[in-house]
This record gives sequence, structure tokens and C-alpha cells, in this order.
Amino acid sequence: MKTLNRILFVLAITLGVVALSIFLLHGSNIAVLNPKGIIAQKELNLLIFASLLSLVVVIPVFILTFGIVWRYREGNHRAKYTPDWDHNRLAETVWWGIPIILILILAVVTWTSSHELDPYRPLASTKPPITIQVIALDWKWLFIYPGQHIASVNFLQIPTDTPINLEITSDAPMNSLWIPQLSGQIYAMAGMTSQLHLNATEAGIYRGSSANLSGNGFSGMKFNVQASSQAEYDDWVRTAQTSSNQLTMSTYDELAKPSQDTPVTLYSVSEANLYGKVVMKYMAPANQMTDMQLPTYGSAHEPNLRQSNGVQ
Amino acid sequence: MWGRLTLGAFQHDPIVYGAVASMVLIAAATLAALFYFKRWTWLWKEWITAVDPKKIGIMYMVVAVVMLLRGLADTGMLRLQQILSVGNSHGFITSDHFQQIFTAHGTMMIFFVAMGLMFGLLNLVVPLMIGSRDVAFPFMNSVSFWLYVMGAMLVNISLPVGEFAATGWLAYPPLSELAYSPGVGVDYWIWSLQIAGVGSLLSGINFITTIIKMRAPGMTLMKMPIFIWTVLGAMILVIFSFPILTATLTMLALDRTLGMHFFTSGFGGNPMMYINLIWAWGHPEVYILILPAFGVFSEVVATFSRKRLFGYTSMVWATVAITFLSFTVWLHHFFTMGAGADVNTFFGIMTMVIAIPTGVKVFNWLFTMYRGRIRLTTPMLWFLGFVVTFTIGGVTGVLMSVPSIDFQMHNSLFLVAHFHNMIIGGVVFGYFAGFTYWFPKVMGFRLNERLGKYAFWCWLIGFLAAFVPLYILGLMGATRRLDHYDASLGWQQLFIVAGIGVVIIMLGVGFQLLQIAYSVWKRHDNLDTTGDPWNGRTLEWSTASPAPFYNFAVIPVVRERDQFWADKQAGISDLKVTDYTDIILPKNTAMGFIIASFAAAVAFAMVWQMYWLVAVGLLGVIITAIIRLSDDETEYRLTAAEIAGYEARATAKRAAL
Repeated sequence: MKTLNRILFVLAITLGVVALSIFLLHGSNIAVLNPKGIIAQKELNLLIFASLLSLVVVIPVFILTFGIVWRYREGNHRAKYTPDWDHNRLAETVWWGIPIILILILAVVTWTSSHELDPYRPLASTKPPITIQVIALDWKWLFIYPGQHIASVNFLQIPTDTPINLEITSDAPMNSLWIPQLSGQIYAMAGMTSQLHLNATEAGIYRGSSANLSGNGFSGMKFNVQASSQAEYDDWVRTAQTSSNQLTMSTYDELAKPSQDTPVTLYSVSEANLYGKVVMKYMAPANQMTDMQLPTYGSAHEPNLRQSNGVQ
Repeated sequence: MWGRLTLGAFQHDPIVYGAVASMVLIAAATLAALFYFKRWTWLWKEWITAVDPKKIGIMYMVVAVVMLLRGLADTGMLRLQQILSVGNSHGFITSDHFQQIFTAHGTMMIFFVAMGLMFGLLNLVVPLMIGSRDVAFPFMNSVSFWLYVMGAMLVNISLPVGEFAATGWLAYPPLSELAYSPGVGVDYWIWSLQIAGVGSLLSGINFITTIIKMRAPGMTLMKMPIFIWTVLGAMILVIFSFPILTATLTMLALDRTLGMHFFTSGFGGNPMMYINLIWAWGHPEVYILILPAFGVFSEVVATFSRKRLFGYTSMVWATVAITFLSFTVWLHHFFTMGAGADVNTFFGIMTMVIAIPTGVKVFNWLFTMYRGRIRLTTPMLWFLGFVVTFTIGGVTGVLMSVPSIDFQMHNSLFLVAHFHNMIIGGVVFGYFAGFTYWFPKVMGFRLNERLGKYAFWCWLIGFLAAFVPLYILGLMGATRRLDHYDASLGWQQLFIVAGIGVVIIMLGVGFQLLQIAYSVWKRHDNLDTTGDPWNGRTLEWSTASPAPFYNFAVIPVVRERDQFWADKQAGISDLKVTDYTDIILPKNTAMGFIIASFAAAVAFAMVWQMYWLVAVGLLGVIITAIIRLSDDETEYRLTAAEIAGYEARATAKRAAL
């Protein structure tokens, strides 16, 4: 009777947890498990494979643990007791061996997948890729489309089934660009370019954000990606091209000043190679850097771009 | 005169004032109690100047528990903010304050809770377990401890005076550089870790020397208890990794105070170098914490299964392998920095490889229980809880060791859930098991089992409730360190569940405090008169409980592993041995406390750039050290007759109970 009660108790708890989970997750989007891009899909496949492989160890461990504890509990005098039995070559070979085999399998998968899904690797496609340059600013994302001579803040529009080459830098602290439904993330760092390649397979709006803490307005560093048909994308490009907002070096400097929850803004871009200039300004010698109104690094007594948080 | 310190440093928003008020209140109550009970001399003579590792161990534990309460209060505020700050609401604390809190939480929990519990346990157990009367350098041990305390104090002082870093617990540049964090917060972070880190390094040297040089006669390396092996591994990691931390922090401090450019974005500085360096310390640090926890479980499982530890040699080699491998995996903390597929693959595979020796340990523990006689005491419950949570954490760790998967997990709440899985389920559960297990050896009575079990179940259930939602949130795209998010994402209900989990964990901590208080109150019901309350196997159980200040009246001789168990089987009682000899013991000294106090003055003065005080503090450290080193009278002789007297009195006292 006692055992039956226990089983019922465990069953009730399990059902309760399942019901609670359904209630909590109903209607939510579990982004990583709901990929809409080629890369994110492959990353998910890998996640599922590695999880299943782990179960080969996890399930025996759980069964053994509770089986052994139950069987060899103090009160059970029928169970065998061998206080000095402390090694068995075969058993130890098995539990060195099986994990080694599993890790070998996973190592091979890691090697191939790391190369195949290298974020720097361009994606093959019959359609020509679109290059988008991304600058992480305090605290917003600037997307520049050099081929289209447009730019947008906190919004990214892309056509579906088209390879997108993202070139990413930062004109602020380090950030990380992450659009989980389309692909994994990569850091955005000042003075250098990192790359991310993705390809959306389905039209829709996907959330992107910064995954690396960059200061006060960090929580607001989010944006939507609109993946649409080529025609809609072309329309959007034309709208941006006729935008009265011009992105020049001086409007850029204005934009680069710290601001929070910046609304979506479209720009037409006449400044040539704005992105390159932003990357290169961290490479420039000191005298040129001041010309470009950089924050005065390393000098405690000059005003800083940011306000001190609290004490000054 | 005051450097950067102005009255503005004392101005805060009301919530900080509230926290400061409660801190002041607790401090005032403690001081009042010391005056009322006239305990100042006692505090000074018995504790502050103590060099007995058992006393230092207890003090480590006390400080670590106080810091745990603060770290836990931080957690409450973080989760509350994340529950409230949705959509149009922006919660009850500002972004900057929120960021300071999570930075303080991480810093506190790793450096001052986990490290404190670990060094506390090491001080309590290592000398006793290897049949030694002391650590190799008792005075240096006191210096280490007080540096640790001063580091913790400095973090706490940042609350009323100034601010703390808002950069995350590892203060990545360029965010932590002057251009983006001009306040004193990062400086507080640097200098508190700088002095605590030096303390840890000294402790590492101390325990390695103790283990190598001070084992009981006959205890060869392969006869050492596994706990000692794991401590040896951890301490080797300490002496290799903490200098990296010290150097890295120094470079960041040079950037911030002297305008250098080690890690700035411009002028040839390289923030990526910092991230490499900090993890070259940070990853071994994880194993510094977890290895001794593995050791605790090895002792606990063998004792409570009444069986020899299974696969001792495997365990030793697994420990050595983990020690070595932990230095070859640091890059897995930033696969997303774009090092390229070859580099990422190498570090990914090295990371997975660590799962092999770790898995071997788990199987060895399981087969230690197999054909044993398992007593489900509180330490065993912590072990079983550990197996469950640590296995889950291990799996999520292996998942993230595949770089292509990590791109989707990194810096998300999935990652946060993973490392709490390892630190709480592995490290903290391990230290709690060890705390309960060795408590009677230090205090002379056992902890109440019933309250201990309540605490365990609260921790386990609270842990699952607090972190399973975080795994799911991470998969939903929730990144760490968010103080606000959109209502439409559907994250709020999961944060609420996580918040409930935190409350349950707090309840568990409440039970633990109650357990200690109740056990002290009812100590006569739980007295350990035998010195061997659990039917133990290793040397620490062969001496009385509480262990006398000289640990062993006669140093035991070791012929095999589990010598004490073997003696019991053979019917040998060590109590009959009465051929005492004189022993030399270290005198108490205030010098450790004084040196650390001067070091704290240096650190505080560096934060506020009061350079005259830096000079005074440095001079103080040097002069105190010279005075101490010139002192030839640092030890005293405890004669055989005195020992006989102590032993006779202890025996009589036990007989009277």
C-alpha cells in the first residue's frame, strides 16, 4: 500500500510538472528549437544529436544510482556486502572505454560541424549574396547595406533564401550579435571585423539582440529581422534610398553618442566606406584619432563619452 | 588628501540606503554584543590572532556564510527586477544598479563564498587527514585568511562608499576600461580581488607544501585519501593560475590609473588578450572549486557505504587528468570571438575529454556504493543530489563544448543555468556534504539530521525550480544580464517560477542556519564522545572530537590506505598509546591581521587614488613583515607532561558524559 502511495505521489508530481510546463510555454516561441534559417537548423540538428548521445551515459547513471541506493540500503540485509571489494579491471575498463568511444564520436562530429558551420564560411547559393555591415553602438545596432547605399538602425530587412554576409564591428564596448532563429552569435569588437553568414528559409519576423553586456542600455540592444520575399525587400530598399535621413560621417557621430531604446530609423547613405572608417579609426595613430572625436582613452581627467554612474 | 573621494560617494538611491542601513544595523548589533558580553579579549586572543588551522577554518566558514547571505540577497533583487521589469514597467532598480548587483553577486559567490568554503574546509580537514599537527606555514595561513577577509570587506565597503563594478563578474574590457566605466566600481573590483587573490596564492603554496612535506610517516602518495589528492590537484591549479589573475588585474589597473593601453580598443590595446588571460585563470578556477568537492564525495561515499573506495588508482589518475586538462580548455568560454574553426575544434574536443575522467569518478562512486551498506545521512543526500544535478550540468556542458552548438547557447540564460548547475550542484552541495560530515570533528557534536534533510530538499527542489526555467529561457533567446524585456516574449512566467525557486533555496538556507543554531542549543543530545561518529576510515577520526589544538597526541603511523578502518578491524585502539613527546607549536600572532589591514588600506587608497595612504599602507606591510621575520620567538614547546594532562582531562570529560 505504501509503495502504491509513493508511486501515485511521484506520478502526480510528474503530471503536475508537465501541466505546468504546458501552461507556461503555451504560445511562446522557443527560438533555438524553432529555426527559420539554414545555419540555425543545422545547429539544432547538432544539438539534438549530441543530446541523444549523452543519454547513453545519463540513463545508465540515473538507473544505477537509484537502483544501487535502493538495493544496498542499510536496512536490506539480504543484499550482498563486500566491504573490501575495491577494484575490478573489467568494470573500470568499461567506464573508461565507453565515454572515450562516445567522446571520439562527438569529437569527429565537432571537427566536421565546426568547419561546416564556421560563421566565417560563405554559404553556397545560386543567388548572389547580400553584404550587410553591422556596427554595434551605444546602445543600438546600425546596419549598413553598402551595395544599396542605405542603412537602418535597430532593424534588418533581408530577402529569404538569399545568403546574407554580415560584417560586424563595434564602435562601443564588445557586443555579440545573435538572431537565434537564423544562426548562432558572434562578437562585435572595435577595430576589427567579425563575420556571420546566414540564410533565412522562411518569411517572418525574427528577434535579434546583443548577447554581451555593453553597459547601461544593454537590455535595449534588440532589433527585429524581417525576412521577406525579394519584391518586398526591394520595396523596402527603395523606401530607404529615398529617406530624407542622410548618413554621413557627421550624422554618424551624432548617432554614435550613447542613447537608449533608439527607434527604428532608415537612412540613405552617401558617405563612401563609412564602415571601413569606423573600423580603421581604432587603428589610427594618436594625433589622427583626436580629429575623429574618439573618446579619450586612458585619460582620467578629460570628459568621457559616458556619464559616470554614480560617483564622480 | 582624499583623492577622488568626495561626499558624493555617499549619495545613493533609497534602495542602496536600505541595504546600507541593514549592513550598519548588523555590524552595530555585533559590536554591541561584543561589548555587552565583554568578548573583545576573547575575540582577539582566541580568534583574530589564531594560527590554528581549525580556528582559521571556522572563521573562513563564518565569513563565507555571511557572504553567502549577501550573495543570496542579491539574487533575490535580480530575480525580482526581472519579474517586474516587463514591457512598460521598468521595475524597481535602475539598469546601472542592476548591473552592479549581478557583478557583486558573481564576485561574492565565487571569490568569497565558494573559495571561502573551500579554504575553510581545507583548513579544518587537511592537516587532520594526513596525520599532521598543522599546516606548513601557520603564520602565512593567517595572512591568507585575513587577506581574504579584507577583500570581502572591500567589496562590501563599495556599497556605502562609492559604487561597485557594473561590468559583469569578469569585467571584460573595453567596457571595464576608463572610457566606458569612469567611476570607482571597477577599481573596487580590481583591488578587492587583487588582495584576496594573493591570499589564495599563498594558501595554495601552503597546502601543497603541507601535503608534500607533512604527511604522517608511512603515508606514501598512493596511500593518501582521495580528498588529499583532489586538494593537491586544486592547489597546483591555484599556484599556476592565480599569478595570471594577479598580472591581468595589474594590467587593467595600469590602464585605468596610469592611462596605459593593454586592453583598450585603441592605441594598440587588445581586449581579446584580456579575455584569454582572465579565462586562463578562470577555467582552472572552476576546477579549483570542484576538485575538493569530488574529494569530499569520495570520503563521504566510502564512509557511508562502509566500504573501501572503488577504483582508487583510477580516481587518482582521473584527478591528475582533470588537473592537467583544465589548463587546456579556456577558449571554450569564447568560441564566439571568431578564433576560427581549427582553434575552436581543438578547445571543444579538449573540453569534452574532461568529461571522461569526470564520468569515471561518478562510476567509481556508484560502485563504491554497490555491495555496500548505505546509510542515507545528510551528507549522502547531498551526494545523491549532486549526482542528479551534476549529471544534468555535465550534459549541458558537453553540449556547449561543441562550438557550433555553443554559438546558440553562449551568454544566454542556458549558459547561466549550466554553470549554476556545476557550481551549486557540484561545488556547493559538495562543501555542504563536507561541512556536515566533518562538523562533529571540529565542534564535538553532530548537526541535527532532520533539519539538515529539510535544508537538502529545499535546496534540491529550489535549485530545479530556479534553473530549469533558465535553461528554457536560454533556448527562447533570453540573454543573461537583462534588466528589462518585452512582455510579448512570454518570458515573465518563467522568471516567476525561477523566482519561486530562489525563495525555496532561501528557505533551505534558513533551515541550515536553524540547523546550526538548534544543534548548538541541543548539543548534549548529539555529542560525539568517541571521535568517530560515522564509523570513519581516515586518520582524522582517530583523534578526539573536537580535535585538540595539537590534533594528535601521538602522530599516527600509516601502513595502508584507510589506516584507521584497518586498525578498527584489527581491534587496535589508539587511545592506549601514551608515549608522548614534546611538540613544537606556533604561537598566536596578530601580524597576519595587521599585514592584511595595511594591504586593505593600500587597496582602498588605490581605488580612491589617495596616494599618500598607498605609501603608508605599503610601508606598513613591509615594516610589519620585517618585524615578524626578525622575530625568533614564534613557536613554543608543549611538553609531554602537558599533553598527558590535556589527554587525561579530555578522557575524564568524555567519561563524565
